[in-house]
Amino acid sequence: MTNTKEKIHKFRQGDDFVLVDVNSGAVHLVDEMIYDIMDTFDGANDEAVIAKLSGKYDKAELSECMDELRQLIDEQMLFAPDIDVPPVFAQHGLVKSLCLMVAHDCNLRCKYCFGGTGEYSGVRQLMSAETGKAAVDYIINHCGARKHCEIDFFGGEPLMNMPMIKEVTEYVRQREKETGKQFKLTLTTNGLLLNEENRKWLNDNNISLVLSLDGRKEVHDNMRPDAGGNGTYDRCVANFKKMVDSRDGKDYFLRGTYTAENLDFTKDVMSMADEGFDVLSVEPVVLKDSPFGITEEHLPQIFAEYDKLTEEYLKRRAEGKGFFFFHFNMDLSNGPCVAKRLAGCGAGHEYFAVAANGDLYPCHQFVGRDGYKLGTVWTDVENKELPKKFRNAHVLNKEKCSNCWARFYCSGGCHANADLFHGDIYQPYEIGCELQKKRLECAIYVQAVMAREKEEA
Amino acid sequence: MKHIKTVNKPTLQKTLKTGGCGECQASCQSACKTSCTVGNQVCEK
Ligand code: SF4
Repeated sequence: MTNTKEKIHKFRQGDDFVLVDVNSGAVHLVDEMIYDIMDTFDGANDEAVIAKLSGKYDKAELSECMDELRQLIDEQMLFAPDIDVPPVFAQHGLVKSLCLMVAHDCNLRCKYCFGGTGEYSGVRQLMSAETGKAAVDYIINHCGARKHCEIDFFGGEPLMNMPMIKEVTEYVRQREKETGKQFKLTLTTNGLLLNEENRKWLNDNNISLVLSLDGRKEVHDNMRPDAGGNGTYDRCVANFKKMVDSRDGKDYFLRGTYTAENLDFTKDVMSMADEGFDVLSVEPVVLKDSPFGITEEHLPQIFAEYDKLTEEYLKRRAEGKGFFFFHFNMDLSNGPCVAKRLAGCGAGHEYFAVAANGDLYPCHQFVGRDGYKLGTVWTDVENKELPKKFRNAHVLNKEKCSNCWARFYCSGGCHANADLFHGDIYQPYEIGCELQKKRLECAIYVQAVMAREKEEA
Repeated sequence: MKHIKTVNKPTLQKTLKTGGCGECQASCQSACKTSCTVGNQVCEK
């Protein structure tokens, strides 16, 4: 049972005061008086509130505020009841998404690459079409009644294994007809091999794209050189522009990573927007003991940077030059159900990664990590304890998450990061938490401001 | 209300009974992919 303090979260952003009711998801824009009242108010302690604040505010007004707050309580939009694991959250997950590591090899040498420039703590290797097809069958056999399935062609650089991707895609379309399932196919690429032939094929076959660009030219060239040590920005941007134009700006997004070297990443987001891309994501690198890694000392600067990005985002939007920024995207009224918020990313129970040799892992980040091999696409899961462990690693079962205000937005963070920093998927990675919470505040604020504008229009 | 403006009609409590259809997209949280947090998603129902 959480106390009233753990049922709400409040913060200031811009000139506004925001109050979030954690268990209902209600978001309230409030005035400063309410904001102050909420330091003390628990629904029934009016005297304590008045004793504390009557020096600053008029008593009658304080009472009026608390009456309004009680109205929210009655409507279950303040101090809403605690959320428990719902019956619709099945004990076992159904696997409906796979990440295929089609190439443990890469033509770039990004300095922060978790795959060790495509090697994934093993040898450079390409996935065979047979393995890819076995993965397709694996999903079909394990997704139960789910209609929508997903495959992500990932690497290394997946375009280094185009013949296999083509063959597997053909097989997917054949199996869709046979089974009535619908597959969403995504490919993540650094762009170097996006030539005309590949562009056409990707468009003709409805492959969604995640394109990697790190923002400003100097930032990108520094972090993402090719095997010969040359910058790749100009080549990547030219290819991405052609790619995006050839699909009328649809079904892509452009993503970048910021590191300790570019904590002024608003400039990178704006640089991407200025290049004409409008579906963007830029996110913090996760590295342990690396000069590029984010540390606690960086946090104040990063928080200020997110404030700046928020302002810039709203400003461009107001000027009619808005863009879609992944982390500010949030549907405050029709977000995911509780079951989904518990399942989170699904790694290890609804989502697996397939290594080039057909081994199954909880996700692409776990590929090659000791103790995390689940089984293979042919033999199925052999380590039966692992999926249970991942399924149960949800916010209500993790000590740090269970009373964190962000629990139903964040869903408990990245397991791979928790494992990397603590050797335990039940212990979230703290820096990740701090960044997550800040981003969520900005997102909630952006959505609240947009909702208010809409209402006032 | 004079002091409070609620900006959404939240449905979280309702979905305790209705959710779990599992048709929504997977949401990877890792930086090398999209770090598409669950909170950034929409219900597909
Ligand atoms: S992972 Fe961190 S930010 Fe997310 S719910 Fe858990 S404690 Fe909160």
